[in-house]
Amino acid sequence: MPFIEAIRLALAQIRVQKLKSFFTLLGVTIGVMFLIAVVSIVEGMSSYMEHDFVGKLIGVNTVTLRHIPEIGGDMSEAEWREMLRRPRILITDVKPVVDALPPGTQWSAEGYDNVAIASQWAKPTMLQASAVEGDYFSIREMNMERGRVLTQQEMALGTPVVVIGQEIATRFFPKLDPLNRQLKVAGLPYTVVGVAESQGSIFGISLDRFVIAPYRSPLRHVVNRPLVIDAVKIKATGDADMAEIQENIRQVMRGRHKLRPSQPDNFAIETSESALSFWANIKSKLVIAGVVLPAIGLVVGAIVIMNIMLVAVAERTREIGIRKALGARRRDIMSQFLVEAATLSTIGAAIGIGIGILLAQVIAAVSPLPATIAPWSIIAGVLVGAGVGIISGIYPASRASRLDPISALRQE
Amino acid sequence: MQSTEEVPMSVTAERQVVTQQAGVAPDKDWVIVTRGLKREYDMGGEIVRALRGVDVAIRRNEYVAIMGPSGSGKSTLMNLIGCLDTPDAGEYWLSGNLVSSMADDELARVRNREIGFVFQTFNLLPRATALHNVELPLVYAGVPADERKKRAQGALERVQLGDRMTHRPNELSGGQRQRVAIARALVNEPSILLADEPTGNLDSTTSEEIMRVFEGLATGGQTVIMVTHEPDIAAHARRVIVLRDGMVESDDRRERFAEKIQLGGAAAIHK
Repeated sequence: MPFIEAIRLALAQIRVQKLKSFFTLLGVTIGVMFLIAVVSIVEGMSSYMEHDFVGKLIGVNTVTLRHIPEIGGDMSEAEWREMLRRPRILITDVKPVVDALPPGTQWSAEGYDNVAIASQWAKPTMLQASAVEGDYFSIREMNMERGRVLTQQEMALGTPVVVIGQEIATRFFPKLDPLNRQLKVAGLPYTVVGVAESQGSIFGISLDRFVIAPYRSPLRHVVNRPLVIDAVKIKATGDADMAEIQENIRQVMRGRHKLRPSQPDNFAIETSESALSFWANIKSKLVIAGVVLPAIGLVVGAIVIMNIMLVAVAERTREIGIRKALGARRRDIMSQFLVEAATLSTIGAAIGIGIGILLAQVIAAVSPLPATIAPWSIIAGVLVGAGVGIISGIYPASRASRLDPISALRQE
Repeated sequence: MQSTEEVPMSVTAERQVVTQQAGVAPDKDWVIVTRGLKREYDMGGEIVRALRGVDVAIRRNEYVAIMGPSGSGKSTLMNLIGCLDTPDAGEYWLSGNLVSSMADDELARVRNREIGFVFQTFNLLPRATALHNVELPLVYAGVPADERKKRAQGALERVQLGDRMTHRPNELSGGQRQRVAIARALVNEPSILLADEPTGNLDSTTSEEIMRVFEGLATGGQTVIMVTHEPDIAAHARRVIVLRDGMVESDDRRERFAEKIQLGGAAAIHK
């Protein structure tokens, strides 16, 4: 029997028993729905991580030196206490580190903390303020919406000027041009020289709440103890060897911290790769959950389909007898029931894909989790649906195909 | 003897010759030739010998009834002739092909191309329209959809059901259902029309109607083989083969059969 004919027959059969068919394919629908939804969320987070998160927070080709890693994996209590005892990175570490790197390498040093910010139009609020030095703005690839970035001269002199984020601008200078107006940072007046372009958000947290002042301005005394800084960022030029840069930084810092060869590093060197590998670790766990949970639904769905198909074979024994008498071969009967099972479960999968996409969109809309519908997950959903149908249909179909036509015809 | 016997001796002799030549393919003109056909069933440890060596030869265009009381083996013989079953011993030649040694798929092909079944209980697919029921053998023959439809329509028109094509079996009377079944049996132009108690579920008026259809088909050159236990239905055929205890008891022309019934009474045949 031609394939199209078999599908038409299967659809007719499904149409006749709508309710039964619906319950039959429920398991597959739910399984595929969760598969699509979970994969969409994980993929969404993943593309977010790879394109936005890492780019915004760390930057490509960028190495960050900290005393404690910002993005860390699982950590024991003892490890955590060890980290808290580590010596801080000092502003005096910056020059030796930079000197060990190839000429032309960009660098920046920053110290930050939450400090009271106020203006004459808004009450004081605790917000993050950074004291920065070096090529901070070009490493962050931060462009100004209005005004300008901090100049080398302002950095060198510690002039009390600031670059602010979008949210700071709207909150402290409502409906006003913030440029050349006064912003009080930890009680001291700073002149706004630039407003940065919107930096977007991460998981619903805005990245536009920041104030940046020169390191040598009084802000440095507020955010950290003397000489202490929080991070040194290094950006390699195009083709530089990232591993070599990391190793150079490491050797300089080990020297400055007077570590013996047997002692482990007491500082952290982070790259976009290390952040991504942390994410990959989380992602693999999420994907396992995203595959195992739907798999349970699919197994249940397969068992249901197999049962229903066995019932169908029993109910339609006479029909099978008639078809055999009229010239249906074993493989015709076999393919009829296989196609029926596969069609049934593919329809289930299609419904599951639809609901799954909807579910992912709803989750994306009501929560900060992003969702990206991966085309491969739709193809996988369809294939899984058809596969479940075929696998669960094999046994009932082969039973049907082996029926003896004489006794099948005699059945009431 | 030859003058009273309405079947010329030569035909009977020919039949005997053709059923004795074991292993030799009969002439194409012999649609059905069986030689020493045997079939046994294991009914819970007890061996039932349903057929104990049946020799039958049927020419193209014959209209034959196979009769016999229940347990005579006529259903078994019908299943074998219809290629729904295979014999334990003996030969079965259908249209010059040795069917008795064929495998499952070949038998399915033979059923599809060579045999048109008409059953007592009609055996139509209940959810399919008359047209689709008639199309079914063509589906398995691999006929393209548009040609299939055309041929099925033609077959239904031949049994005067041109106006009932989209009806489902439950919307048709018993006689109409059986005519749909006949259209389905004929749509693939089979070598034989094989009817199993075709009037068993019909009242006498409708039975006559179906018998007229068969008569018309036989006159038109269609080979018809009909299994029945009713002598007055069997009497419509031109030749009647009576089975008893798995053997051929008699093989006569209609007139001779009618004579015998009158002589011995229906009970002698019917037991």
